[in-house]
Amino acid sequence: MSEELYKQMAQSIIDGEKELAIELAQKSIEMNMHPLDTITKGFVVGVNYIGDQFGKGEAFLPELVMAGEAMKAAVAVLEPELLKLGEAREMMGRVVLATVEGDIHEIGKTLVGTMLSAAGFEVVDLGVDQPAEKIIGKALEIDAQIIGMSALLTTTMVRQREVIEELDKEGLRPRIKVMVGGAPITKDWADKIKADGTSEDAVGAVQLAKKLVGKE
Amino acid sequence: MQPKLTLLSDELIPRIVEEAYQLMLKPGIKVMNAEARQLLAGAGAQVDEETFVVKIPAQIVKNALSTVPQKFHLYDYDGNPKVEYGGDTVQFDPGSSGVAIFDPDTLEHKTAETQDLIKLIKIAEQLPQYDAQSTMVVCDDVPKDLHDLYRLYLVMLYSKKPIVTGAFTNTTVHQMIEMLAIFAGSHEQLRKKPRAIFDVCPSPPLIWSNFGAGNLIALARAGIPAEIVSMPLAGAAAPVTLLGAVTQHAAECLSGITIHQLAKPGSPIVWGGAPSIFDMRKGGTPMGSMETAMIDSSYAQVGKWLGLPTHAYLGTTESKVLDMQAGLESGMGALIGALSGINMISGSGMLDSLLCQSPEKLVIDAEGIAMAKRMLQGMKIHTETLATGFYDNDINFKGGDFLKQKITMKLFREEQHIPSNVIDRDSIRGWKASGGLDTLGRAKLRVKELLASYTKPELDPAKVERLHAFVLDLARKAGMDALPVHDLSPVVAG
Repeated sequence: MSEELYKQMAQSIIDGEKELAIELAQKSIEMNMHPLDTITKGFVVGVNYIGDQFGKGEAFLPELVMAGEAMKAAVAVLEPELLKLGEAREMMGRVVLATVEGDIHEIGKTLVGTMLSAAGFEVVDLGVDQPAEKIIGKALEIDAQIIGMSALLTTTMVRQREVIEELDKEGLRPRIKVMVGGAPITKDWADKIKADGTSEDAVGAVQLAKKLVGKE
Repeated sequence: MQPKLTLLSDELIPRIVEEAYQLMLKPGIKVMNAEARQLLAGAGAQVDEETFVVKIPAQIVKNALSTVPQKFHLYDYDGNPKVEYGGDTVQFDPGSSGVAIFDPDTLEHKTAETQDLIKLIKIAEQLPQYDAQSTMVVCDDVPKDLHDLYRLYLVMLYSKKPIVTGAFTNTTVHQMIEMLAIFAGSHEQLRKKPRAIFDVCPSPPLIWSNFGAGNLIALARAGIPAEIVSMPLAGAAAPVTLLGAVTQHAAECLSGITIHQLAKPGSPIVWGGAPSIFDMRKGGTPMGSMETAMIDSSYAQVGKWLGLPTHAYLGTTESKVLDMQAGLESGMGALIGALSGINMISGSGMLDSLLCQSPEKLVIDAEGIAMAKRMLQGMKIHTETLATGFYDNDINFKGGDFLKQKITMKLFREEQHIPSNVIDRDSIRGWKASGGLDTLGRAKLRVKELLASYTKPELDPAKVERLHAFVLDLARKAGMDALPVHDLSPVVAG
């Protein structure tokens, strides 16, 4: 019975059917299924599948985004149940995401946030046009292990360096790791500004984040 | 007759404009600049000071449209009108604001610096296909506070052509206008004969950032032409349909024009953009895709319907090297832009979705532009009879007969565009004998030739000195004691 339900859960994520995912999550609660099992044996299987397909070039961004949204919605239903049980999903780590000052592009960053949440990270997304002090302040406030910074403009990517320099000045690294991303961001650039890594896409960003928190 | 491509029917254009008007009311336009919101509120728009969303009634927009100049010029250093915005005039300039330069030997994309920009300027200066210069790359060897104005500074020192540029902040836009005024002689002279146009970008969907709107206002008041570069990203930051993206483009441009004309009615502004479809695999912005060109062509048609000057980013590529993909995407884009009658087509020289400039690509793209411009001249009627008059008594049914006709000698240059050696039309033997080079190899040679034949423009030494002093002062404030301009002394008149 539950095997069949797990399959439906995975499929709801693959199809990006948020409403169905919520419904299935609620059903699992009514059936007294353990919420952790529901997540790991059901919904996560769907997210992993779509991530793999994306990596192979067979799934596309709209599918990835819809899957991530469905995953978030399902987990939101299940999390209160986990708390009641006094348990929590294993937290991969805490991440602060932001688009740097002067830049208001956020498609890629939002996608990274969705995929990180789906993968079990706690994500605080500060949004766009964020100055260094705000990004660092939030990271300290929530004791984040990772700061992820996005910049789409060739004219604002330099701001990523400012945040890193500020972190170094305050002696906050390597306690806080830095991931950078955005259309003009290359591995060379990431190395040059001494970031801890960059990724070409959201799926790669999740792998990178796992690596940075030692949970590959 | 100038051949023309029209993708939109006569019925569709007013529908697009009507829906754009609707978008300006619902959801409205998010305006992050307080002064712009004040201007809009003063004209009767409904402003929410908490969300910064402004609902702009159509009448305010129509008033603004009625004061926009339909035509204006950009001038060269000597004050001659060289670029015409308005009507169906088609002109090209290189792509702007790249961060890398293509190394034709290693095929690497290297961070661009001063010497790279100077090289690019020298190439573009000598190619007649480029009607204007642009501030092609950002130079990494100067502090970021100088990034935008330093590009303009180099173009002003090494070129006489009109300039397509843009500021990165609300402070530097004033400094850049000041620099242009130094060369023009005064602000009044600059207004009369503007040499540069400034790109100003709304942020999709339907947002005017503090900086974007601030630039619009500053440029309007200074009377310096502004070029709206609206970038709907179909499928991500705009509707997935091409027509949806064209409609969002219209709403972003119309709201920008409204802010601009409210700041100063009658100031010149251009209906432009750099839209793209959203690549669903890599999340990129395929500027060389056919759909992107279709959005450009269509919004230009809407702009023309409104009687406005037009601009688009076309003739560029996603390819990382100078290969066939680069050639076919750039060539098709340039041709579609030309056939759409777009006044200024930006993008030449660029690889990697506008991130990497290349001197070699500039010379190759110039050939594509020449082909597109030839196409624009259309089929010309040179002679009284179309053909019969050519068949006189000397025609002996031999292949070379027409080569002997005077009219052939007289007209072949008008009928045929003669390409440079970048285009190979040789026999296989001749090709092998001249080195057996591919396009990149031939382009490298052409770049070498052009760098050798470049001569510095003669500029008024007093103006150059004032410009140096102005920029050096800003450089010192940014923490730099000297500027990395190689050979700071251009040839001066007298």
